[in-house]
Amino acid sequence: MNNQIQNNGVERLTSMEKVQAGLAQRYAKERRFRRLGLAAVMTGLLFIALLLGSIVSNGYSAFWQTEVQLEVQLEQADIDPEVSRDPEVLSVADYGGLVKRSLRNTFPEVKGRRDKRKLYEMVSSGAAFQLQDMVMANPDLIGSTVKLWVPADDDIDMLVKGHIDRSKPESERRVKDQQLEWLDELTSQGRIRSAFNTIFFTAGDSREPELAGIWGAAVGSMFTLLVTLCLSFPIGVAAAVYLEEFAPVNRWTDLIEVNINNLAAVPSIVFGLLGLAVFINFFGLPRSAPVVGGLVLTLMTLPTIIIASRAALKSVPPSIREAALGLGASRMQMVFHHVLPLAMPGMLTGTIIGMAQALGESAPLLMIGMVAFIVDIPGSITDPSTVMPVQIYLWADSPERAFVERTSAAIMLLLGFLVSMNALAVILRKKFERRW
Amino acid sequence: MNTKHLLLAAMAVSFSTASMAASRDHVNIVGSSTVYPFATVVAEKFGKTTKFKTPKIESTGSGGGMKLFCAGIGVEHPDITNASRRIKKSEFEKCQKNGVNAILEVKVGYDGIAVANSKKSKQFKLTRKDLFMALAKDVPGKDGKLMPNPCKTWKCVNPALPDSKIEVLGPPPTSGTRDAFAELAMGGGAKKIADLKALRKAKGEKDVKALMEKLGVPMKAYNKKGKKVFKKVAYTVREDGAYIEAGENDNLIVQKLEANPNALGIFGYSFLDQNADKVQGALIDGVAPEFELIASGKYPVSRPLFFYVKVAHIGKVPGIQEFVNAFTSEQAWGDEGYLTDKGLIPMPKAERNKYATDAKVANNLKM
Repeated sequence: MNNQIQNNGVERLTSMEKVQAGLAQRYAKERRFRRLGLAAVMTGLLFIALLLGSIVSNGYSAFWQTEVQLEVQLEQADIDPEVSRDPEVLSVADYGGLVKRSLRNTFPEVKGRRDKRKLYEMVSSGAAFQLQDMVMANPDLIGSTVKLWVPADDDIDMLVKGHIDRSKPESERRVKDQQLEWLDELTSQGRIRSAFNTIFFTAGDSREPELAGIWGAAVGSMFTLLVTLCLSFPIGVAAAVYLEEFAPVNRWTDLIEVNINNLAAVPSIVFGLLGLAVFINFFGLPRSAPVVGGLVLTLMTLPTIIIASRAALKSVPPSIREAALGLGASRMQMVFHHVLPLAMPGMLTGTIIGMAQALGESAPLLMIGMVAFIVDIPGSITDPSTVMPVQIYLWADSPERAFVERTSAAIMLLLGFLVSMNALAVILRKKFERRW
Repeated sequence: MNTKHLLLAAMAVSFSTASMAASRDHVNIVGSSTVYPFATVVAEKFGKTTKFKTPKIESTGSGGGMKLFCAGIGVEHPDITNASRRIKKSEFEKCQKNGVNAILEVKVGYDGIAVANSKKSKQFKLTRKDLFMALAKDVPGKDGKLMPNPCKTWKCVNPALPDSKIEVLGPPPTSGTRDAFAELAMGGGAKKIADLKALRKAKGEKDVKALMEKLGVPMKAYNKKGKKVFKKVAYTVREDGAYIEAGENDNLIVQKLEANPNALGIFGYSFLDQNADKVQGALIDGVAPEFELIASGKYPVSRPLFFYVKVAHIGKVPGIQEFVNAFTSEQAWGDEGYLTDKGLIPMPKAERNKYATDAKVANNLKM
């Protein structure tokens, strides 16, 4: 080395020295890159945490509902004067009046129409229906005095949960001073409690937040997904099997393949417009029905399922096909006895992911009338219904404050469904996947 | 194979439903998103207290509802449409053409449109002219000629107003609220300007063109009715960022106002009522958007709400007449009715009686 330097009179580095000299810089570069990558991941995680955090912090309180205990005298004369026990008679009795009388009895000092009205507003208008159901189910209660817990009005609920500030001047909050006094009085008597909100999980939509539930939308989602699954899975798998195993390779099949890949990228609202034009206007299927929703979502998920199924079929090694054919199986036997069972886990994964996509979809359903106020829980695929994402959209647009937490709670449920569907797909893949 | 059976079954299901659409046991309602909160409350009570199924209500906007409503007679078409404005002549004619001859018009009540800001800042005192001068795309300059709106701050519009940036969050053009705001607030303000007022009244080519010349309106906007030209000038909202389209979601506007105390928002009275602790309505022409003041007609930016019933469907689809009766009962739309709790401004008693009787005998709309 020394010789070289001396010979030329110039300092020259060997390649090893060059490497050594640049090493620190290269390590630094790599460290910087790693840090950038980590920062990118952290930003992503931060946003997810922010999103989930805001949804959960807004929504967790919706799983509890403030309830008021009422003591109602079920007088024979008010409900069923002729002791007929006829359901027709029982159903038209003035249960709202009974609830109001119970409130008046609790606070006998309340006089004047305006004050009484404020008093009645303390409990939900659903109390009367709850009482009605109770009496209809057990007419023997008539003549006795019953104690029952009924949901409080949404404003009272919001106050108890701390979403309405007591310290604000009276004109700036929806719960008036008088109502605060009554509430405190009830609380001191132990007649206010916070109970698990079963209504939220069992009822259909309502304009009263305390009576609104997600069950109607969940059933609508189930019916819609059922139709989607029944149509898109067989059609998707059949198309994939034909294209992958039987179809000749020519310009036509190339064209079909390109089109399937393109369809997967078409915005979903376009399928909604198609559904409106074809299924509703041409075939005359009913508006707002899960059957039409299912058909539209089928169109949307088909490309996903076909592409996933073809990938699953491709991953089955040709040796299996050759062995089956070599042992004398027909091509159909080869496909159905050997290739399809091996490809099935992959196909199912693709289908579940397609279904999860369909579950979260709302845009195409706007066009076919599924964005509607529907109270009754749908009983079949032709009954008018809505789906969970649409229910979230509708609640987010409602003026009542209490819908804010219900919107977030519904989002949590929907996310729960999506996560469990995706988890199922992962489990299926892990369990049945074979590597060759 | 199994898959084949599944496929056949699924197809059988989808085709058998086509015949099931031939009858319908629930009332089908479409239309305005402003009437939606009220119609849904009535529908829910109706479903719970009668033997009929709960009516289905879609919020399609007034125009979209009319389009569906006027498409024809038969169970696949809606029975009732809600509207935050009166039916237009063109829509009525379209209805007639498609065989929807007998239509019952029911006025429900009033809705006030509030211009509100966050409680963190001072309450605004605006006039309709201020709103026009602040939000119109072209406004008259010093020489009386129209020019692109130069004002960036409220102080520039009216020296009495605060020196803050003009930022107004409001609904998009598809919304009935926006139509009503343009007509009542901006149109009302434009009428206060003499030349524009004259243009609105002008008829005949000479008069209209002379006024357009004076105001500097481009001739391509010419129409022989001065009123049409006036609408074009007065109802066009500026597009340079001072007016921000915030979507149809009024809750979102309320939240944005809270976050930005300098901004103003435009939305229906019911949202102001529900969020009285967060936002305050501006005085318009000295009148606050309060229940009594809207009901008495003193608040200038309020509009009537309607629904229209297809008379041919009454008796065919169960529950229509009963639903209309429930909606027009004192218990619902009266001074102390449950709809007022949801923010509906009731009509005077005499007017309520008139519409309720009309509804009972299905007195048809004539135009």
